[in-house]
Amino acid sequence: MANINLQCLLGIQCKDFVMIAADQSNSHSIMVMKDDEDKIHKISDKLIMGVIGDQGDSTQFAEYIAKNIQLYKMRNGYELGPTAAANFTRRNLAEYLRSSTPYFVNVLMGGYDKENGPELYFMDYLASSVKVPFACHGYGGYLSLSIMDRYYKEDATEEEAYEILKLCVKEVHRRLFVSLPNFQVTIVNRDGIKVLPVINSELLK
Amino acid sequence: MARRYDTRTTIFSPEGRLYQVEYAMEAISHAGTCLGILATDGILLAAERRNTNKLLDEVFFSEKIYKLNDDMVCSVAGITSDANVLTNELRLIAQRYLLQYGESIPCEQLVSWLCDVKQAYTQYGGKRPFGVSILYMGWDKHYGYQLYQSDPSGNYGGWKATCIGNNSAAAVSSLKQEYKENETTLAEAQALAIKVLSKTLDMTKLTPEKVEMATLTRKDNKTIIRVLTSTEVEKLIADFEKSEAEAEAAKKQPPKS
Repeated sequence: MANINLQCLLGIQCKDFVMIAADQSNSHSIMVMKDDEDKIHKISDKLIMGVIGDQGDSTQFAEYIAKNIQLYKMRNGYELGPTAAANFTRRNLAEYLRSSTPYFVNVLMGGYDKENGPELYFMDYLASSVKVPFACHGYGGYLSLSIMDRYYKEDATEEEAYEILKLCVKEVHRRLFVSLPNFQVTIVNRDGIKVLPVINSELLK
Repeated sequence: MARRYDTRTTIFSPEGRLYQVEYAMEAISHAGTCLGILATDGILLAAERRNTNKLLDEVFFSEKIYKLNDDMVCSVAGITSDANVLTNELRLIAQRYLLQYGESIPCEQLVSWLCDVKQAYTQYGGKRPFGVSILYMGWDKHYGYQLYQSDPSGNYGGWKATCIGNNSAAAVSSLKQEYKENETTLAEAQALAIKVLSKTLDMTKLTPEKVEMATLTRKDNKTIIRVLTSTEVEKLIADFEKSEAEAEAAKKQPPKS
């Protein structure tokens, strides 16, 4: 099922936080089945992962990574940092890619490291991994990237970043032929993970 | 009767002992001495070199101190061929971790993984335990400078200063006397290492050929591992002998009244 590009992931990393937004649609063929799906997974205290792709693959992969990172914490008494976690995730994607059962998922991973601050990693199903200040997945991303490029500031506040995401979603609603009504938003900063209000046409009025 | 219990590693003796493991430990107490000392600004390993034949081709500068990865070094006491297998395994474990997580393995994890291997050789049939004790020094972002020791049974522990090999009990007790917690600098630790080695080794005079020493420090967020040259070791020995002579002279001088 190749609707991976019909879904959308957005991510912004600024000086004090990293923010990830994901659409909440679950569609089969031409039919929308659900519009309040949770695509942003909490991996540990200060680590989140937005995953899009086939529904089964997304859930399975996110759980597999999350449980392994939890296992690491239990075995060693300290958590894996965002850099190491992203490396671990990429490695798994790469190994599964070359097996008979690859995961067809695109990922944005955001975390807060106590030494290096917030970090955002862009990963795709071909197991590339890049550390970036902002990133998108899916057709919605094509419309959003230029907006982020225009408005991104490294020292933006949480409110300003949320506004940029609102601009992106507005553009997706206006220009994209796919219906992606709701975008959930999650933020990670030095205090941990916080869920922000869903961006939808109601909020954008 | 004892023969019934000590030919295979997997069998407990009636007193609940594993003779093969104890014999392995015995093998180590005949091996060259190694010691490690934790300082505030670094850490060091020092080892006694046994093979000092002048006909020996000097292929390796250091005989018993091995670099494991960017942040760790170990020194071994025991059967050298067994030690080579274990250091190879250590390097593999470290590189596997680096491949999976993209950063250096935390010190205790490396020690723990290797000890799992060591332990397995005391339990599964037909195998002899490794006749090797290892001292590990390293740095990681979680706990900073660290010193570990592991033995053939697969036990391991963290230390501030410790010693393995020949006459190690005496060395540990003199380290216990002389080591000042949280106020030993690396330079002081080097002097202490030479002092303890010269007491421990059965020699009238310490020579640079007999001692190898490595230090591990951090500079600009990078670990720096250095094996001391023989001139540096020579200087440490000379300094030690000088201070020893001064102490001797002070003792002989009649107390001023």
